[in-house]
Amino acid sequence: MEVKQIPLNDVHVKLGGKMVPFAGFNMPVRYSSDIEEHMTVRNGVGVFDVSHMGEFTIKGPHALDLIQRVTSNDASKLVDGQAQYSCLPNENGGIVDDLIVYKIKDNDYLVVVNASNIEKDWNWISKFNTKGAEMKNISDDICLFAVQGPKAVDVLQKLTKTDLKSIKYYHFAIGEFAGVPNVIMSNTGYTGAGGFEIYVNKQHAEKTWNAIFEAGKDVNIKPIGLGARDTLRLEMGFCLYGNDIDDTTSPLEGGLGWITKFTKDFTNSANLKKQKEEGVKKKLVGFKMIDKGIPRHDYQIKDASGKVIGKVTSGTQSPLLSVGIGLGYVASEHSAVGSEIFIDVRGKSLKAQVAKTPLIG
Amino acid sequence: MNIPDGLKYTKDHEWIKIDGTTAIIGITDFAQSELGDIVYVDISTVGQEVNEHEVFGTVEAVKTVSDLFMPVKGKVLQVNPILDGSPEKVNEDPYGEGWMIKIELKGSTDGLLTAAQYKELIGK
Repeated sequence: MEVKQIPLNDVHVKLGGKMVPFAGFNMPVRYSSDIEEHMTVRNGVGVFDVSHMGEFTIKGPHALDLIQRVTSNDASKLVDGQAQYSCLPNENGGIVDDLIVYKIKDNDYLVVVNASNIEKDWNWISKFNTKGAEMKNISDDICLFAVQGPKAVDVLQKLTKTDLKSIKYYHFAIGEFAGVPNVIMSNTGYTGAGGFEIYVNKQHAEKTWNAIFEAGKDVNIKPIGLGARDTLRLEMGFCLYGNDIDDTTSPLEGGLGWITKFTKDFTNSANLKKQKEEGVKKKLVGFKMIDKGIPRHDYQIKDASGKVIGKVTSGTQSPLLSVGIGLGYVASEHSAVGSEIFIDVRGKSLKAQVAKTPLIG
Repeated sequence: MNIPDGLKYTKDHEWIKIDGTTAIIGITDFAQSELGDIVYVDISTVGQEVNEHEVFGTVEAVKTVSDLFMPVKGKVLQVNPILDGSPEKVNEDPYGEGWMIKIELKGSTDGLLTAAQYKELIGK
């Protein structure tokens, strides 16, 4: 597969970013140190260039119908300027992708999808677009900067007249930012550290990036790579598509019952409703290591007797806690917070405990 | 990239410093920089004889876990005690405080790379 470049590729190389192929794009995995970048976001402010993410506009009188048809959450509840985490269930009980639905106004929506799934999602949503909603894939035109951390809002406020503090979590405004018109300023993110995600047309991307770094200079703003993005999201217990949820895991098994609303019909909703009533056999849980060791993707999870009860889907050492943390599927009877489980770390059975998320809470 | 002349190297990115019948082993500056922040060094082969190219332990970075391979056949005498509490020493000082094991040599050292050969291997 051809590896694409994001528009600011050269800027990242110049900043010392180590570029690696990820989801079909060359992406900065780190600039200095994963742990240092992680702590920058937890304590200060850092910027991720996540322009690899995909964006589709869905417009017209049939837009909401189509979104309701393909997504699990109830988009009819959205007001103008509100966003919603959701997923695209498939017909076999699994998930095509997870995504964010933005309602700009009636008949005007933006959906943001994972980079690795842009084509798959486009084809999937198009398949259900029988009434003619106007869909456009604008992924190549949009840059996305996630400005995250407790100092993010103060830095960004210097660049816009829009009152950012008045924008609630999972809400957004469209306005002038760093002198660029029509920028989406969205109170969302994948770190749990607070901050905004800034969507800007690629022709203004470098100017916007530079303005953010200039505004954050006095608080030591830093570029942050995908390495720290992963440890930050994992400390929060946020799912990563392809690891923790995929074509074979149901939203209910994946802990996404809260975005699976049976107030409307959607793909596979009848079966999912039945699954909810009957209960799921396995569940995605967060856990912390008690013994010293680091869980990794695909390691087996066992009970005290050594019986396999599931597997790890994401794992790392938490930079904040300095202990191993992870997400994994376990048989439902082992999923209660506090349950003792064992992770098979290269042949050694190491003790861990199911924990509530955020894992750093 | 720091590749000291006095050491020998392997294609698996270990270095070895031979001193008579014993040797000290660690990973190279290149290896630590590719791995990123090292958070755990797990070596449980003390007292064991390990063959050349066999695994003597693992090193865990935030994102990845990698096996550590014996550059030569030897008996593992000691693990660097500082790594238990301060694995970041491997990043900070890979040829000094971040050394990993001390071994007693039990086999040939002929297959090792010189600093120049190792530099060529990693393209530096």
